[in-house]
Amino acid sequence: MSKNLDINIHHLTRVEGHGNIVVNMRDGKLERAELEIVEAMRYFEAMLKGRSFHEAAIITSRICGICALGHQMTSLKATEDALGLEISKQTLLLRKLLVNGATLQSNILHVYFLVAPDLLGAPSVFPLIPTHKEVILRALRMKRLANDIGDIVSGRAVHPITPVPGGFTRIPTVGELTGIKRKLIEEGLPDVKETVETIKSLAGVIPNFTRETEYISLKHKDEYALYDGDIYSSDTGAKDVHDYMEMTNEFVVPHSTSKHAKHNRTSYMVGALARWNNNYDQMTELSQAAAKELGLTPKTYNPYFNSVAQVVECAHCIEDSIKIIDQLLADGLKDEKPNQTPTKYGRGVGSTEVPRGILYHEYEYDRRGNIVYANCVIPTGQNLANIDDDMKKLVPEIIEKPKEDIIKHLEMLVRAYDPCISCSVHMLNVEFINED
Amino acid sequence: MTTEAKIKPKVAFFDFTSCEGCQLNKLNLENDLLDILEHIDIVEFREAMDDKAEEYDIAFIEGSISTPSCVERIHDIRRRSKMLIALGACATQGGINAMKNLHPIEEVRETVYGDDKYLFPTLPAMPISAIVKVDYKIDGCPMSMPEFLKVLKSLLAGQEPIKPDSAVCVECKLKENECVFDKGMVCLGPITRGGCDAICPSFGQFCTGCRGLISNPNKNAMLEILTEHGISLDEAKKRILLFNSYDHSQSLPK
Ligand code: SF4
Ligand code: SF4
Ligand SMILES: [Fe+2]
Ligand code: NI
Repeated sequence: MSKNLDINIHHLTRVEGHGNIVVNMRDGKLERAELEIVEAMRYFEAMLKGRSFHEAAIITSRICGICALGHQMTSLKATEDALGLEISKQTLLLRKLLVNGATLQSNILHVYFLVAPDLLGAPSVFPLIPTHKEVILRALRMKRLANDIGDIVSGRAVHPITPVPGGFTRIPTVGELTGIKRKLIEEGLPDVKETVETIKSLAGVIPNFTRETEYISLKHKDEYALYDGDIYSSDTGAKDVHDYMEMTNEFVVPHSTSKHAKHNRTSYMVGALARWNNNYDQMTELSQAAAKELGLTPKTYNPYFNSVAQVVECAHCIEDSIKIIDQLLADGLKDEKPNQTPTKYGRGVGSTEVPRGILYHEYEYDRRGNIVYANCVIPTGQNLANIDDDMKKLVPEIIEKPKEDIIKHLEMLVRAYDPCISCSVHMLNVEFINED
Repeated sequence: MTTEAKIKPKVAFFDFTSCEGCQLNKLNLENDLLDILEHIDIVEFREAMDDKAEEYDIAFIEGSISTPSCVERIHDIRRRSKMLIALGACATQGGINAMKNLHPIEEVRETVYGDDKYLFPTLPAMPISAIVKVDYKIDGCPMSMPEFLKVLKSLLAGQEPIKPDSAVCVECKLKENECVFDKGMVCLGPITRGGCDAICPSFGQFCTGCRGLISNPNKNAMLEILTEHGISLDEAKKRILLFNSYDHSQSLPK
C-alpha cells in the first residue's frame, strides 16, 4: 500500500498551552509522528537563581496555574530537604488534604470540560450546557468543592497563599474543616458515584488501543502515593527521590521547547494511569469499586484510559479527604507557627504526584538561604516521548480510516494525557501531512 | 444586567507567555459561570473549545510577550478586537516573567538549554501594552476574580470600570489584620496597589507586590522599612522586583 498522509494540527485546542500534532506518511512509511511543543520558554530555573527560600514556592507556583499547588508542595519539600526543616504532623495532614483537593479539581476539569466533549461529539463543553444541564451542574459543583478545599485551607486555590517552608501562615478553623467534611459527604460522595455512571455510559466511545510502556510514579509503603513516596518504575522497581536524574535523563529535541525524558526504554508514562498501574491496591474501597464499574483493570495499557483512572482518583481523593479531616479534628487543631530556622544549607529534592504525574524540584542553597541552582522536571515533559511513541504505533493501525477520524484519534490521544504545556516549558498543536 | 433583545457581545480569551492560571481561574467562578454565559457569547477560548472567530467585541489577554511570534499574534488580535483587556500581572506589567530580564539573556538561555540555546528564539518579557494599545487592565497574580466580575459587569452595562489605586496596606488596616511586620515578616503592602482586599496579609502571609505599585510609590522609604526589618538592601530590591521587574528595575537606587 502506498499511502501518503500529511496532518498538521496547529495549536491543538482543549489542552493547556500551545502544541501542534505533526504526522507525515510517505508511501505507507511513517516518517514523522510528533507532538511539537511551541509554547514560549519561561526560564524559571534561571529566574530562581539568587532568590530567597521564602520566595522559591511563590515563584515556582507561577510555573503553572493548573498545577500551582503541586509545584508549591514540591518546592516546599525540596527547600525543607535542603535546609533541614522538619514539619509537624498537622502540616503534613493539611498538605495531603490540599493535594487531594488539587487532584480532584484538576481531574474534574479535565474529564468533564476537556474530554467529555470528545466523547459526546461536541466542540466544547458550552453547547452541552442546555443538553446536559444536570451533568454540567454536577461538574461545577464538584469543581467548587475541590476549590473550596484550596480556598479555605490555602487562602486561594490558584497560587495558594498560606503554605510556606516549615508549615502554614494560617491554620483553618474547626468550623471550616467540619464545613468541608459535610460537603464532601453530602455532595462529593453522591456526585462522584453519578460521575462514574456518566463516564460508564460513554466508555464505549473510548478508542481501543494498547501499547504497554514503562510506568513511573511515586510509591509509598502505607498509602496511595500522592504527597510523598519513593520513585517507582514498573520495569526496574524503587529508587530514592534524590536519584531522580537517573530516572528522567532529560534531553533537548528540536521539535519541542519542552525537554523530553527517557529511562529504561525509549519512553515512559507518568500520570493517573501510571499511578493506577503501580499502586491500584492502595486506593480506597470506593475507588476500587468505581474502577470495577468502569472496566479499569490492574495493568491497563490503553493510554486513553488515563481519563478513566482520573475519575477513579476523584473517588479516592474525596474519601481520603474525609479521613484526613477526621484525623485533624481528632488530634485537635494547634495554632502552630511555621518552622523556618535552617539547620543546614545544601541540596534538596522534592517529589510529588501532581495530577499529570510525578514532579521533581531540586534546589541548592548558599549559606544566606539563597538559591544557587534549581532544576524542575515536569510530568508533561516526561510524557512527551511516550506520546510520540503512542502516535507511531497508533497511526499505522488506523491508517485506513478517514482523515477526520485519524485526526480525532490523535487529538483525543494527546488530550488523554491531560498535557500541561505551560508547565512543560516551564505545550500542544497537531500537524498532519496525508494527501493521496 | 438586562440584555433582552440586545445582541450578546462576542468575547474571546487568549493566552501568551503565562501559567494560564488567570484563564483557568475563570472556570473557577463555578457559581457565576452559567449566569455570565447568558450575557456574553464566548467565540474563542482555545483551552476550553475548538471554535474560532474573525472579530471580537472584547478580547481578554493573559500572559506576557516573550517571543517574536507573540509580537505577531498580538498585532493580529488587536486588529480584530474592538476592546482589548489585559488580565493578570503577566499581561498588565510583565509579572513574574520579567524577572528573566534581570539576567543577561545569554546566561538565561544557557541555564535551561545548555548547548542547544539557539534552538528557540526569545525576547525580554514585556507587558501587552509594550506592543499594542490596552484598554483596561485587571491586576494580580492571579488576577482578582471579584475584580474581573466587576469589570465585566461595568463593560456590559456600557460603563467605564473604576481602577483601584490605594495601597494594599490601607485595605489591610481596614480589615483590622495583625500586621505581618509584627510577625517578623517583610511586606510590600505599603507601596502595592490594592484591590485584592489585602488577601495575602489576611491569610497571615506577606504581600509580594503582585498587583503592581501604586502611582507614586516612595520606593526609598519602602527600602528603608524593609532593611530596618532585617533584610539586606540587595534582598529588599529583589523583593520589590519579584512581580515588578519590567516597570521598576531601572528606577531603584543602585
Ligand atoms: S498573572 Fe500570575 S496567575 Fe496570571 S497568568 Fe501570569 S503567572 Fe499566571
Ligand atoms: S496582598 Fe499583595 S501579593 Fe497578595 S494579592 Fe494583594 S497585591 Fe498581590
Ligand atoms: Fe525544566
Ligand atoms: Ni501544569
